[in-house]
Amino acid sequence: MSYRQAKWSEPTVFELARHGAVGVDFPELDEELKQALDEVLNEIPEQLKRRELNFLELSELDVVRHYTRLSQMNFGVFSGMYPLGSCTMKYNPTISEEVVSYEEIYNCHPLQPVETVQGCLEIIWRLEQILKEITGMSRFSFQPAAGAQGEFLGCLIIRAYHKDKGLDYKNVMIVPDSAHGTNPASATMAGYEVKVVKSDEDGCVNISELEKIVDKRVAGIMLTNPNTLGLFEKNIEKIVDIIHSVDGLLYYDGANLNALLGKVRPADMGFDIVHLNLHKTFSTPHGGGGPGSGPVGVIDKLVDYLPSPLINYDESRNFYYLDYDRPKSIGRMKMFYGNFTVLVKAYVYLLRMGGEGLRKVAESSVLSSNYLLHKVKKLQGVTLPYAPESYRKHEFVVSLSKLYKETGVSARDVAKRLLDYGFHAPTIYFPLIVDEAFMIEPTESESKREIDAFYDALSSVINESYKDPEKVKTAPHNTSIGRIDEVRASHPKTMIPSWRVYVTRRERL
Amino acid sequence: METLERVTKIMINLNIHKEFHFIYLLIKGVVMSHPYLGLTQEEINSMLMEMGIEKIEELYRDIPSKFFLKRPLQYSQPMSEEEVRQHIKKILSKNKVANQIKLFIGGGAWFHLIPSAVKEIVRRSEFLTSYTPYQPEVSQGMLQALFEYQSLMAELLDIEVVNSSMYDWATALGEAFRMVSRVTKRSKILYPQYISPERLKVAETYTEPTNIMMVEYIQNRIDGSVDLEDLKKKIDQDTAAVYIEYPSYLGFIPLNIREVGEIAHDHKALFIIGVDPTALGVFESPGKLGADIVVGEGQPLGMPVNFGGPLLGIMGCRMERELVHQLPGRLIGMTVTHKGERAYTMILQAREQHIKREKATSNICTNQALCALTAAVYLSLLGKNGIRILGEQILARTKYLISRLSKIVEVEAPLFKSIHFKEFTYRVVNKQSREVLRRLFEKNIVGGISIDGMFRDVGDAILTCVTEIHSKEDLDYYVDSLKEVVER
Repeated sequence: MSYRQAKWSEPTVFELARHGAVGVDFPELDEELKQALDEVLNEIPEQLKRRELNFLELSELDVVRHYTRLSQMNFGVFSGMYPLGSCTMKYNPTISEEVVSYEEIYNCHPLQPVETVQGCLEIIWRLEQILKEITGMSRFSFQPAAGAQGEFLGCLIIRAYHKDKGLDYKNVMIVPDSAHGTNPASATMAGYEVKVVKSDEDGCVNISELEKIVDKRVAGIMLTNPNTLGLFEKNIEKIVDIIHSVDGLLYYDGANLNALLGKVRPADMGFDIVHLNLHKTFSTPHGGGGPGSGPVGVIDKLVDYLPSPLINYDESRNFYYLDYDRPKSIGRMKMFYGNFTVLVKAYVYLLRMGGEGLRKVAESSVLSSNYLLHKVKKLQGVTLPYAPESYRKHEFVVSLSKLYKETGVSARDVAKRLLDYGFHAPTIYFPLIVDEAFMIEPTESESKREIDAFYDALSSVINESYKDPEKVKTAPHNTSIGRIDEVRASHPKTMIPSWRVYVTRRERL
Repeated sequence: METLERVTKIMINLNIHKEFHFIYLLIKGVVMSHPYLGLTQEEINSMLMEMGIEKIEELYRDIPSKFFLKRPLQYSQPMSEEEVRQHIKKILSKNKVANQIKLFIGGGAWFHLIPSAVKEIVRRSEFLTSYTPYQPEVSQGMLQALFEYQSLMAELLDIEVVNSSMYDWATALGEAFRMVSRVTKRSKILYPQYISPERLKVAETYTEPTNIMMVEYIQNRIDGSVDLEDLKKKIDQDTAAVYIEYPSYLGFIPLNIREVGEIAHDHKALFIIGVDPTALGVFESPGKLGADIVVGEGQPLGMPVNFGGPLLGIMGCRMERELVHQLPGRLIGMTVTHKGERAYTMILQAREQHIKREKATSNICTNQALCALTAAVYLSLLGKNGIRILGEQILARTKYLISRLSKIVEVEAPLFKSIHFKEFTYRVVNKQSREVLRRLFEKNIVGGISIDGMFRDVGDAILTCVTEIHSKEDLDYYVDSLKEVVER
């Protein structure tokens, strides 16, 4: 596989802009509106009038060409395989983009009279019914705009529940050492002290360690299952008992639900709260960083604490409505009802797959991951830490520390070199409990041919690492640019977070 | 279906599936294939064989059997693309949108004209289907676009640093309140009386787990300007920040905003301004008004209202170490490659959750990057002139509608004697706002939002919104319809 990414020496819009170019035109104001404008412009006090604005204009073609060129210097799932572990970069169906371009969606205002938005409410309500079936939870809130916001909400719900039950002293949240960084960050935001529970040699939560740190102050545990090593937490039953025995709650981080769709449901494992990442598991495009959606589902006894409003359906009137009358609600997480277009896209995907299709999604993703692992673990310099005999689920983590010791080539170097072969790199240096971690998630979207090609590329890179390590250490060579000076990028003296800072720094030089 | 699966199995067991390839494909097509699934049955079989296992279920053997769902998920059979299209269209036919009714509502999401070029760029799959740019060398396009968003927004706001997005104005505000408390190590935050009630609720949710105390200050009921005496009374040594909305939720410009910032700074408190960026081609920038931190809603910059989401949370601050290092969210910086070429990458990641975990400035990870890209394309198209003209177009229509409504005897418009941008309040004497809105709706007008009960000294009124999407005929139709409602 040979690959050359486009390379334009594309200036910034500030350098391209020209005085007086026109990129967009507005309808001419007619006489009466002009008069109104003159009147109001006269009323604005001088000190509140905009004095200067430091950017010029571009023509429509200038803009279209500029951003088209930039897009050519970007890599998405449509460009090639994107085995970024924990991010579930599966195919994003194009029908979803078509559907959200319907006027009934894009031109629908969230504060319109409720009888004029029945269609939007019905979609959210129907999506909720499906997510309830998939997870076993009782109700969902769609406000969270991302997984991390869902986690924050989950923690706030735990907090509100304990307060309500008179258990205010509960102020500790347990997080495994293999957890996503958002877990401890979210728990802290919600006011919890974070206690880390170590993984045992099997890569799962160490039960005796857990028993040691659990006391009455523990409010709950945040778990990803399968965990970030791709291993199913086999002692989940025991964990549930331990946490529930002190009135704690179990939070399910849905980042890795893909492996279990239609097979195992978080509620059936004993979880009390779950967030789902619609932009991972349910195939909505990630947009270069967002928007995502992180709906939160809870079991019966926690429904009262979900944010307001919830969307309810009155069957007798065949009418959907917003329920604000929820005195125990934790309040509001976000404006309106969540990232609605993302919800629509997830709904489209779920309909396309059907219940049975989701089970195939899970199984295919797990098969692909284990198949790739089966081949990758035999490569020189690659080791499989934690429970080497256990099957992984939808993703796996190998260590390249042996390779690093033998060749000086690091996980980062291998990742960069893979880019040269036309593949996005896996997640690296995560989870933190694996040295030179290399976390691969092929997803169910990829064909065997593509997975084999990825393996071949990785195999070549490993070979190069032994024969010509410099080539790998100086990679990438085929991307728009070569390796970046990350230290300089964030150094206080050289950091440039905006064009105006660049201009100031340039003038000073 | 089961028979087919059995036949497949027999063929595989006898290892004759390759010989009967055509029949096999036929079966496989029925049993397994889906446009979104990568593996063919044949590939699955050969992968299993290579791994030396018989069926996929074996890969799940470490899961206690009691946890397995003993039935298929029950919600629907897979639908074809066309079935989904028809299904969604049928549901959506229950909506009434701008092609059937005239909408004059804002309140946190606003209708604006969206240039076609914006939509074209934003749908490009190289942007749309990429993840957070963790590998900068292969993601320069998104990184440069986000850097341009930060930079264009920085010019518009007149402040040096803008992050590459928060979820919306409300969550940006919640994060800003937490940020100022960390920066100043103080706990009191003063917020304006006529704040958006929804934003206030979100800020309350965000600050609830902290020791932050939020205190309201009074705005003058006549023109909405800040009651400076009240502010001075409430501000003290423990005040972390003073927040103001500009324009306010009720559409007026708080005319003494500059003095508010001065009072904040006199007490070494930070000054946070919340903005609608479409106003900033006409009105003075938050930077020049003394803002230390700016938050706002970027949805008007090229994004449809989309039933309220996605939106675009704007958040920026002055280039001061203690502020920038406490700023939540992703930041993109311009730098160079080891060979000295210009390049872009995520910077100051040491503030973020994936590095700092429980000590991070925020938990935010996934943000609204594609919306930030949208705003960058939109602002590039408008340029300096376009932003000013956009502001004037909105200003002209707001003024025109207010003037015409105020000439109706029974109408009091606006309720604040100030300059209004995009939104304003009015009431009809002796008529409840909900009743007025209901009657207008009979004429296919959604005339605004009832703010009955939202603000203690405003009383029952309507918050109406006009932007450049409204033609003069639309505005005249509103006025004529209201006249009929009033007279009836």
